[in-house]
Amino acid sequence: MPESETPKQVGESWLEERLGLASIKEFAAHKTVPVHSATIWYYFGGITLFLFVIQVLTGILLLLYYRPTTTEAYESVQFIVTRVPFGWLVRSIHSWSANLMILMAFIHMFSVVFLHAYRRPREITWLSGIALLGLALGFGFSGYLLPWNKVSYFATKVGTDMAASVPVVGEQIARFLRGGAEVGGATLTRFFGFHVAVLPGLTTVLLVVHLALVQKFGMSSPPWLKDVKLAQMKFFPNFFLRELMAWYAALGVLGSLAAIFSWELGEKADPFASAPAGIRPEWYFLAPFYTLKLIPSHVLHIEGELLGLLGFALLAVWWVALPFWASARDGTLRTRWVQGAAVALIAYLVTFSALGYWR
Amino acid sequence: MKGWFHVFLILAALPLAAQDSCLTCHKALEGSLQKPALAFQDDIHAHAGFSCADCHGGDRTSGDMEQSMSRARGFTGKIARGAVPRLCARCHSDAALMHKFQPQQRVDQLAQYQTSVHGKRLAAGDTAVANCVDCHSVHDIRAVRNALSPVHPLRLPETCARCHADPKHMAKYKIDTNQFAQYRGSVHWEALSKRGDLSAPSCASCHGNHGATPPQVASVASVCGTCHVLFEDLYAKSPHKPVFDSMGAAGCVVCHGNHGITKPSSAMLAGPKAVCTQCHDATSAGGVASADMGALIAKLDTALNRSDAVLAQAQNSGMEVSEPWLQQIEGREHLIKARVAVHAFRTAAVNKPVQDGLAIAAATRKAGEDALKERDSRRIGLGISLITIVITMLGLWLAIRALEARPPGEGLGVGG
Repeated sequence: MPESETPKQVGESWLEERLGLASIKEFAAHKTVPVHSATIWYYFGGITLFLFVIQVLTGILLLLYYRPTTTEAYESVQFIVTRVPFGWLVRSIHSWSANLMILMAFIHMFSVVFLHAYRRPREITWLSGIALLGLALGFGFSGYLLPWNKVSYFATKVGTDMAASVPVVGEQIARFLRGGAEVGGATLTRFFGFHVAVLPGLTTVLLVVHLALVQKFGMSSPPWLKDVKLAQMKFFPNFFLRELMAWYAALGVLGSLAAIFSWELGEKADPFASAPAGIRPEWYFLAPFYTLKLIPSHVLHIEGELLGLLGFALLAVWWVALPFWASARDGTLRTRWVQGAAVALIAYLVTFSALGYWR
Repeated sequence: MKGWFHVFLILAALPLAAQDSCLTCHKALEGSLQKPALAFQDDIHAHAGFSCADCHGGDRTSGDMEQSMSRARGFTGKIARGAVPRLCARCHSDAALMHKFQPQQRVDQLAQYQTSVHGKRLAAGDTAVANCVDCHSVHDIRAVRNALSPVHPLRLPETCARCHADPKHMAKYKIDTNQFAQYRGSVHWEALSKRGDLSAPSCASCHGNHGATPPQVASVASVCGTCHVLFEDLYAKSPHKPVFDSMGAAGCVVCHGNHGITKPSSAMLAGPKAVCTQCHDATSAGGVASADMGALIAKLDTALNRSDAVLAQAQNSGMEVSEPWLQQIEGREHLIKARVAVHAFRTAAVNKPVQDGLAIAAATRKAGEDALKERDSRRIGLGISLITIVITMLGLWLAIRALEARPPGEGLGVGG
């Protein structure tokens, strides 16, 4: 060790030799964020990521006590919220954070659409983001059953019944999800497996891809500002500190919701009991749920539920393919089409979710 | 003209008469001659393959009215009221025949009916009393479990009341007509009509159905004890039993009444509405015991209600209190046991379940109060956390301001 080097410098050069941190520092020092009237929407992706990290941390804590069997699941969650120190807070934060994360993901998605950030060359960023949203919904669906309470049991029954309506492979999909003919112990075990192993694995891979692409292409500026020389904000520390403020705000909201409106445990599931009145899924599945309720049992000799699922599948494909139909052959962006579609989709989701909740 | 039209209709229907000429022709008629044929479509006997001729005689296979309704072929026409029970019993007392249709059904209805007040009066020549068709209807007889049947549990009280609440009909028997009105104010009617509990007692549960008779004074406790087994047992061993028997007082009815039995409460034991004071002076041993028992039960009831209120408040505040709620159920079971124990008419018998219940009520109340304290500490914790978060955000905001206040040349802040 040369005499002139301090211990800090020695440590840094040791790490530099092994990790090559200088290039990362160099990248971070030059990373900037465009400043304009819609910059605020850039924060929602980060907030979604922050809530995901909270999900992972609280999920790990819940794993220390949770037991995925029909005889112990409900009791173990009851034990967590009544006996484990701060168990109620961890469980309540996990449930509230899951819902807020999905809400933030939706806001992030629509902000990307309205700012046209999906356009070339960010098509794969869009696709990975949509896949992440799908995984978040999968987390919600699988996690909903885990407390094994009455409402979650019947909501899962309804959800897996819908899967069974898919032509040809529907029965096989439903059987795969349930681990048998009915929702039971096998369903709980595999939903637990999906929730803590399969979905986190897939999410980690896609998240790395999504974040890597965001770093590669940087923040997208709205197309209507392409001819304007925009001011740039350094990502570190200026934007990062602002993002940190947003995370703190999210933490405050999350903590308040969790402490004031503790997530209810409900009654233990009883497969032999009749379904409780007003059974409905989580809010993010309400719009398709209510739509399927409105469709008559048969439309032109086609089963209503099948027709609804077909409609949703087409809608999903159309939405996923947004970057590909949003640009005309000459490269011009169909901004009005895209904005009209996004407004219509938001109006549909809000209206039908509200109707599904109150009717 | 109208008569000729009927003849035409009957003639037109003759080709179909081979199946059942009674129904074919009577359906084509009008008014009271048509009504039975139409009603019979819903009759349980029609569904089992029986026809009009099985009761009224005659030849249903003949399309000729003269033949089908010929006395020579057994046609009896309208059946006399006095003959109805025996006519029904031709099949309903035939075990071999009934076994083909309703293997579980009893075949002693006629024998029972003959022991009833209705049956005895009919035998004495009073045809105004109820016979089979007055309760089960005629021509549209349905299974008892059918909600449209007049003897379905939900409709039976109304069916009995058709005669028993009719002052004109009851005048010659010198029977009160207020039973139905009283019954409709009773706990039994509430259980039957509001809770839909078809096993709740109605007229036939106490008086019998085919062998309907008023329970005698000596047998009232046994009648009530059919359902209220523990109460009957305690009453039979209590000091009241020999006293009531010697007085000719009808057991349970002395305190609870008969048709208009209302929900019992501790007010029946102590206070101005106490039924015990009908016989016991307030300062007598019996009066003191009843007041003590009433006070004990009221004390447990109040304690459990207080715990309910605290637990509800905790639950509404988002606290998980399902375990003390379960304990409350156990506490209420002790309250029920204490109310049952009253029928032993000993304070000590009531005191035991009351003390057990009070211990539970104290524990659940403490659990509720602890949950409320925990809620308050959570809110204080939240307040401290929020203040910390706000201070941190403020610090970040100041840091950003300081950062961006530096000249652009220093490498930080917003630049073009």
